[in-house]
Order: sequence, then C-alpha cells, then structure tokens
Amino acid sequence: MADNPDIVVIGGGNASLCAAITAAEQGARVLILEAAPKAYRGGNSRHTRNFRCMHAGPLGPLVDSYSEEEYFDDLLKVTGGKTDEHLARLAIRTSEECLPWMEAHGVRFQPSLSGTLSLARTNAFFLGGGKGLVNAYYRTADSLGVVVEYEAEVTHLELEQDEIVWVDYLKNGVSYRISPKSVVVASGGFQADVDWLARAWGPAAENFLIRGTPYNRGVVLADLLDQDVEQVGDQTQCHAVAIDGRAPKFDGGIVTRLDCVPFSIVLNKNGERFYDEGEDVWPKRYAIWGRLVADQPDQVAYAIIDAKSLNLFMPSVFPPIKADTIEDLATEMDLPVSAVRATVDGFNAACGDTSGFQPTELDGVATGGIVPAKTNWARPITEPPFYGYSLRTGVTFTYLGLRVDENAQCAIGNRPIGNLWAAGETMAGSILGQGYLAGFGVTIGTVFGRIAGREAAKHAN
Amino acid sequence: MPTDLIMEARRQAEICNACRYCEGYCSVFPALHRERAFADGDITHLANLCHNCRGCYYACQYTAPHEFDLNLPKALAEVRQESWKTHAWPAGFGQLFERAGSVLALVLVVATACLFALAQNINPASGEGFYAYISHGLMIVIFAPAFLLPLAAIGVSIKSYWRNTGGGTVQLSDVLAAARSAGRMKNLEGGHGDGCNFEEEDRFSHARRYAHQATLYGFLLCFASTSSGTVLHYGFGLEAPYALFSLPKLLGIPGGILLCLGTGALAYLKTKANPILGAPKAWGGEMAFVLLLFAVSATGLLLYAATGTAAVSALLPLHLGTVLTFFLLAPFSKMAHGFYRMAALTKEAAHERENA
Repeated sequence: MADNPDIVVIGGGNASLCAAITAAEQGARVLILEAAPKAYRGGNSRHTRNFRCMHAGPLGPLVDSYSEEEYFDDLLKVTGGKTDEHLARLAIRTSEECLPWMEAHGVRFQPSLSGTLSLARTNAFFLGGGKGLVNAYYRTADSLGVVVEYEAEVTHLELEQDEIVWVDYLKNGVSYRISPKSVVVASGGFQADVDWLARAWGPAAENFLIRGTPYNRGVVLADLLDQDVEQVGDQTQCHAVAIDGRAPKFDGGIVTRLDCVPFSIVLNKNGERFYDEGEDVWPKRYAIWGRLVADQPDQVAYAIIDAKSLNLFMPSVFPPIKADTIEDLATEMDLPVSAVRATVDGFNAACGDTSGFQPTELDGVATGGIVPAKTNWARPITEPPFYGYSLRTGVTFTYLGLRVDENAQCAIGNRPIGNLWAAGETMAGSILGQGYLAGFGVTIGTVFGRIAGREAAKHAN
Repeated sequence: MPTDLIMEARRQAEICNACRYCEGYCSVFPALHRERAFADGDITHLANLCHNCRGCYYACQYTAPHEFDLNLPKALAEVRQESWKTHAWPAGFGQLFERAGSVLALVLVVATACLFALAQNINPASGEGFYAYISHGLMIVIFAPAFLLPLAAIGVSIKSYWRNTGGGTVQLSDVLAAARSAGRMKNLEGGHGDGCNFEEEDRFSHARRYAHQATLYGFLLCFASTSSGTVLHYGFGLEAPYALFSLPKLLGIPGGILLCLGTGALAYLKTKANPILGAPKAWGGEMAFVLLLFAVSATGLLLYAATGTAAVSALLPLHLGTVLTFFLLAPFSKMAHGFYRMAALTKEAAHERENA
C-alpha cells in the first residue's frame, strides 16, 4: 500500500491528520509522508494547545457563546483587515461542527488552563496539549488503515498539465516515486529554513530562534511555488514574538515565552531603552516585541525587573539572572555597566506616583519626561534582588503559502490543479494576511484539513 | 535525601510550570501549578501524589530526544522511592528498599522454613483445622507483633513524611476525600475518564486501574476476613475453622480471588510497560511485591481448597510464610506506597477544603 496509495498527504500535523482521517473514512487508501521521526511527528501542532471555536451555546469545555460576528471581528482586529472574508467565515462557521468531530476522533479537552482564563469562552484546550491531540489522531488514523511513513522527506511534486503526476520522496537515503490519484500538502511554512529566512529578512534572521519544529523547511512549498502554483502572502512576513534568549534554536515552544515585559524595562545591548514596555496588556503586545527585538543590534534585548515584580507574571522555563545590585546584574548579563546604571537611574527618576499600580489592567502609572515613555506599570527598579532575562526574536510561523479556494484546492493562475489540495499552515496565509489570533491556526488546519481530505477522496474514488 | 534526584525533579517541574498543558490529567499538576518555587518538601509531595499514569509523558513535546529531556513520571518515581527510604523507620531499614526483591525472597524462605519447622516440631496436643498444625496461641505470638510492630514503624515514617512535606492539620473529611480518590483510583482515570497510558505507549486504557482496584479491594476483603475471624474468636468464642457461609469465608474467598486476579494482571501489565518511565532500580522490588501478594492470595485459596487433606501440612506454613513476609516487610516494600499516597491525597484534600 505504501507503493500504491490513492492519496498522499504530505506532512504529519493536525491538518494532515484531519485530511487523512476524513479521506480514509470515505474509503480511500491514504499514505502520510511525515518528514520528522516518530518522536517529533506532528509539526507545529505539537506545540499548540487550543482550538478557537464558534459556538451558539455552551459546547464541550466552552462556556457561553461565541458568535460568527464576534469571532470575525476578533480576527479583523489582529489582521488589520488583511483577511479573506469568504474563507475566514468558512473557517469560523465550520469550527463549531469540528469540536464534536474532534472528540469523536479521540481528541479530549480540558478546562481552560490556569493563567488563561481569558480564553475560557473562545478556545477549547486539548488535554495534554497538541501532542496529545496528534497522538489521538495517529491512533484513529491507524485504526482506519492509514499508513504513515516517518522520516520521509518529499523532495518534488511533478506538475504536468494542471495535475500532479508523481511525488518523489526520500527515506533512509533511498528515493521513491509514487503516483497517487490525489495529493494533499499540509507541511507547514518554511520558518525552520534559516537560510531562506535570511534571504527574505536579511542577515539579522540568523539570530532568530524558531519556536516550533525544525522540520518545517518549506521544501514542498518552494517546489510548488517554483512551478508557478498560486502563492499567497509575502516571504518577508513572519509571526514572531520575544522569547527567552536562552531558548534552544528550535522547538522551544510555549515554555520559552516571557511575560515579564510590562513590569520591566527593556534595554538593548548598549544598555538603552527603545520602546514603551507598558503600552498595553501583554497578550495584546507580545507579538510586536518579536519585531522590536529583531530591530535592535544583534537582535537581542534584556528585560530587567526588581524583587517586587517577580511574581506578577507566569513562570518561564529558565530562572532569571539574579543579582543584588544593578551593576552586578549588568555585569552578569554582559551589558555596559555605566550605561545600564544611567538608564535605570533615568527611568527611576521619571517614575511618578505608583500608588495606582494595578498589574492586571492598564493602570496609567506612567513615566514623565523620558523617551521612550513607559505608559503603564511604571514603577522604579529599586528593590533588590534584581532580575534579568535576555530576549530574542522567536519565529512562530511564516505567512508565505499556497493560495486555495473554498475547497482547499490549489491553482495555477486561475486554473485549479485537478488533484492538489492544501491545508494548515501552508495555506493559512490565504486567510491570515498578518497578525495572529490564539487558536486560529488549529481551526484553519482542522477545517481545511477535513475539506482537503473530503475533496481528495472524492477525486480518488 | 539525595539532592540530585530532587534537583532533577525540580528542573522538570519548573518546565512543567511554564507549560501547563497537562493540567487536567491528574492531581499532580494543579498542585504543581500553584507553586512558583519548589522546596524539597514540595517535590516530595508531588512525587507521592503521582500515580505513574504516564499521561503527561506521552503528551509531552519536550521528552527526549528534545534537549529538555522531560520524563516527569520517572523523575517523580525516583524521588518517591527515595522519600520512602529516607523516612523509613528504624532509620537503617530504609536500605531494604534498595534490595527489595532479594530481601523479600530471603525473608519469605526463612519465614516459611521457620513456620514449617514449628508445624513439624511443636504439634499442638489438640486443635481443629489449621490449629491442628500450629496452635492458635502460637499464631498469636508470631503474628500479633509481626502485624503491630511494622504498623507502628509505618506510623513513625508517615509522621516524619508529613512534617517534611509541610502538612498541616487535617480533618476527618480530608481523609475520607483521600480514601474516595484512592477507592476510585481517580488519578488513573486520566482526567478525561479514558484511563491511563501504561501497557501500550500512548493508548489510554483502564487495565491498570481495574487491576489495581481488584488488588486493593481484594486485599481489603482479605484483611476484613481475618479481622472478622478475630472478632468471632475473641468476641463470640467462635473458633476456626469457619463454614462457607460465615463472615470470614464470605469475605475471604472473593477477596482472595480478587487479589489473585488483580496482582496477576498488575504483574502482567508491568512486563508490558516501559520501565524507563518509572524508577528502574525499583522495578524488581515492585515486581517481587506484586508476586508476593499473588502468592499470599493463591496459597490462601489453595489452602482452603485443600481443607481436610494432607496437603495442609505443607500449604499452611507456606501461606503463613507469605503472610508473615508481607507483614514484616510492609514498611520497607511497595506496600508503603499506600500510606504515603494516602498522606499526599489527604494533604491535597485539605488544601482544596481550605481554598474552597
């Protein structure tokens, strides 16, 4: 069967599995080609934790309701209007039927995690997170006869007269060529190919950390774009956040996020502040800090807090650097001591009345007379011990992808490719032009994965 | 307590605390997520709260080959094992945990041999049933201290553990809540009610939960059977052997069968499970303990089946030998886990009550 499947699904994450399961349930013989070894299967889905879901009333773990309009408004806010309304509404409307489908295929949910109460109404959390979801889907796929090849890297899809005529892949150094009736591409973006990032972004990208899987190198994406398959998004766009600078180069995931910025001052390697740390609550601002840090020399920054702020934010994976004086902290963080001292003194002097300090809302406790100002939570950094975290740019995903229609079908010009569909991150740019809405990636993957699986099976049967 | 084991568990707990994806699996994660920093006692408490259901391991995106190399079930199992050793009383006896398998086998052989010798050489002048081989008085002389002294030792250990993990005052309702949790094996339900991961990687099943419940309830029934016999003997002057429709038999026979099935299933499942998700050094001792309990129940049932035959003369010392071994080693074998687990669950129940 590995030699002669009806459908090949490229990629091994949420979108791929939704496509494979849907197609297999319609009787198709499905082969998944996953580039990662089994231990790392699942792409960036391994790092996801929830699914943003429209619902008219309480549904599964979700309370209250979340209407299509509200969902769409939330999306418009983060994308600044760079959204394909037709496809976005399709994803939103279909999300409601996805939740019971997910449960029926083994996914289990849990109440909103501690520290994420703001998402209890809109986002359904997977028990065990994304790897739990992926494991459940692999078990379901297996029971449906789906065959999975791990460490199988697809190198080329041959396009002839608007059809994919064969798929080449490498496994254990041996190359294989198969000719399935239908092909679904669900192999993510290209963010793990740092050279490609550097070509798109400039050499600064060499210093970026990749938050997710090292296997999303965009090989299939590049191969298809080279053959003039219709593209969406811009390769210079990626979603990036500021994460702990000590995080691993790849795959650091959720635990490397740092929520301390609003209560800190953030300095660059010259010991200077460069942006308003208190501009807004962190969930609304964490995404711009990836860009801000990327613009600083060596793409690195340093957040400094004092003892009174240590317990105001979620703990992160590495303990902060700790010192009894600002000078010692600067030394330990390899920063110019006198510059840091001067910046801290200047900031402290600019702090005013802090009696209105309120960590969970915009409190208006601001600095006066310094540039850049800190417009909320501005308390002087005075109480030892002092703590420091280094910050680097962590890339979550790239926006460049394959343009699809409402059937998840790919195209050349305005001609559909007869047997090629795309789902998940690799086509998410069709819906998300910029920005990100928590849990929407899984929604796109689930909705379009199921559509792609359905259409691929319809074509194959 | 070796600090490297605690430090490794703390390193992992800190990563878990920054992730929280596993919050719904069991009692460990809510307890973990309410701390910001973990004292040694906090880690010990988490370790004894962990039922080794392994749900968190298979769901974890940071297990090896990832450089964070998380294996929380193993880290907690090793701390748990060490904590029993550390709190064992009398102090030196904690070393027995290290060689639990061979110690158990040795005690079993010696105890059985002694009882065999007694049965051969100090034949009671009169007596019915078992008492024709070993007199009631002699049994009391052996088994009363063999039961009470280890129980006292466990009491001392639990008190020391309680102090170490910062346990406060407890209400009866906390103990009852802990007993309900243990009775249901709630922490092996997996949060979603699909069970735990044990015998086949990330597949959820209730096999281990049901096997453990059969073992637990079988054991309690057997214990109740013996207790009811004691009450009948001293309270009502009704001496063994008891008829089929008597309290000791009505409790003991189903208890023995459940214990046999439960321990048999636990031993089988243990051979299927990946040992590196537990404390590898403890594997042998745990297996020996499960097999001992199996032997206790199997010899008990055989002894009942052999009533009135000559086989009793051999089966009785063998059965009593297994029981004696079980009692003597209770504070220094896997049996200890029940008491520590109850303490940890009670502490959680008290916390929940205080924060309700």
